[in-house]
Amino acid sequence: MALDQPVAGDQTRIHDIGYRNYDGPRLGRSYATRSLYSQSLRGAYGLGRSVKSKVLPMLLFVVMCVPAAIMVAVAVATKANDLPVDYTRYAIVMQAVISLYVASQAPQSVSRDLRFKTVPLYFSRPIETADYVRAKFAALASAMFVLTAAPLLVLYVGALLAKLDFTDQTKGFAQGLVSVALLSLLFAGLGLVIASVTPRRGFGIAAVIAVLTISYGAVSTLQAIADTQGSTDAIAWIGLFSPITLIDGVQSAFLGASSAFPGGFGPSDAEGAVYVLVTLGLIAATYGLLMRRYRKVGL
Amino acid sequence: MYDPTVARLTYRALLGRRRALILGALPLLLIVISVIVRALAGADDQTASDLLGGIALATMVPIIGVIAGTGAIGPEIDDGSVVYLLSKPIKRPTIIFTKLIVAIAVTMVFSAVPTMISGLILNGNGQQIAVAYTVAALVASIAYAALFLLLGTVSRHAVVFGLVYALVWEALFGSLVEGARTLSVQQWSLAVAHEVTGGELVTSDVGITTATVLLVAVTVLATWYAGQKLRSLTLAGEE
Repeated sequence: MALDQPVAGDQTRIHDIGYRNYDGPRLGRSYATRSLYSQSLRGAYGLGRSVKSKVLPMLLFVVMCVPAAIMVAVAVATKANDLPVDYTRYAIVMQAVISLYVASQAPQSVSRDLRFKTVPLYFSRPIETADYVRAKFAALASAMFVLTAAPLLVLYVGALLAKLDFTDQTKGFAQGLVSVALLSLLFAGLGLVIASVTPRRGFGIAAVIAVLTISYGAVSTLQAIADTQGSTDAIAWIGLFSPITLIDGVQSAFLGASSAFPGGFGPSDAEGAVYVLVTLGLIAATYGLLMRRYRKVGL
Repeated sequence: MYDPTVARLTYRALLGRRRALILGALPLLLIVISVIVRALAGADDQTASDLLGGIALATMVPIIGVIAGTGAIGPEIDDGSVVYLLSKPIKRPTIIFTKLIVAIAVTMVFSAVPTMISGLILNGNGQQIAVAYTVAALVASIAYAALFLLLGTVSRHAVVFGLVYALVWEALFGSLVEGARTLSVQQWSLAVAHEVTGGELVTSDVGITTATVLLVAVTVLATWYAGQKLRSLTLAGEE
């Protein structure tokens, strides 16, 4: 049949319709990484996404800051000599909100990339595995830092307005910032590792919250029992097994905080060193696990 | 009202592959903690009651309820494969009812059974504590499963809202504001447990009549509304 067709060889021609190669500047790997970082950071607060996805992070941010504002208002109105809550204690008190934030935003950051198989597309750009992991990790940690440091800033400004002692407040504020920076890195790492295992967003949220709340519930119950049993040495060691008590231990050993452990039995200096080592080790381990997780994605 | 095929598919979605392991990890942790506590503190009724009330009923049952309740329908709606189910000649309320039964069964198995075991480990069912909390977990499983199944049908952020209800409303507000306890599945189930066993350690802030009426009302209304919602389901794109 095909033989019946007339040979059209001499009628074919190539039209030049003006396709051109891109010859502008190529912004390269670090630019792509920075873009991924800023997009992920914005995404963690729902910026550049739909109105519906802004509701939850913004709501949690407001819930985080409102108690600080109320405390400041009370301190100013009653001319108190001190803020009702230490800078370092604030994050411990508000841990439910922080856990919910990291549980909702960590899967948002990585699970959707897995589910819609966009990870291979990222790696078809100049960025490497390490760049992707670093950008996502840094973005979530920054978002967490914004969430946890903003109320401290409110407290600090309020304390200065209430004419509380400047050096005292500045020292407390600086210690609080170091502690929430550690907390942000630790929670972001844990959240991302758990979320990067599952492409299901809902499942990731439940898994992150389960790890954070159950470990805290278990640890604080065991600590309370150790306290009533009178074995106060054990309290500090039990605290090593949940993220929030880990931060609590670090800050009560080295950042001048009073421990939230039962009976106020915080870790001693030697135990505090173990706390710092475990915290930094966990952060490094989560980074290592993420690198391993993304070594072979979409192949 | 009950479709075995839908039930089988839902069981597979909830417990397939690694998910059963993750669901099983929580109860296992509870039992491990109970063993440690028993070894450290010996058999003590107050400790057993605190542990079962604080970890098992206040944290574990709601989290497993959220996973099972929203997991029974949420992922299907999320990835759009629910249209294949909805296009079959099965009544929508039947689908919801079947999924509810499965969610209740999964929540009960993974929360009430370990509560019972851990209660027996902690104080060998002294003062009926193990039985009381098991009854509470069973009752709470039904209400949580119905409530979170409705959430999974209504919202794409069901898991977050479910956890906010369970952890912020029941745990945080419940401990601060007296009135919030009247609207808490946990307290209703405790009221039923108190009525069944009559123990002194397991008490609730809600009367048995209020609790029963609210439990039944929430379960029935949530299931009915989820069925209605599924009749007019629109699949939205990813945000």
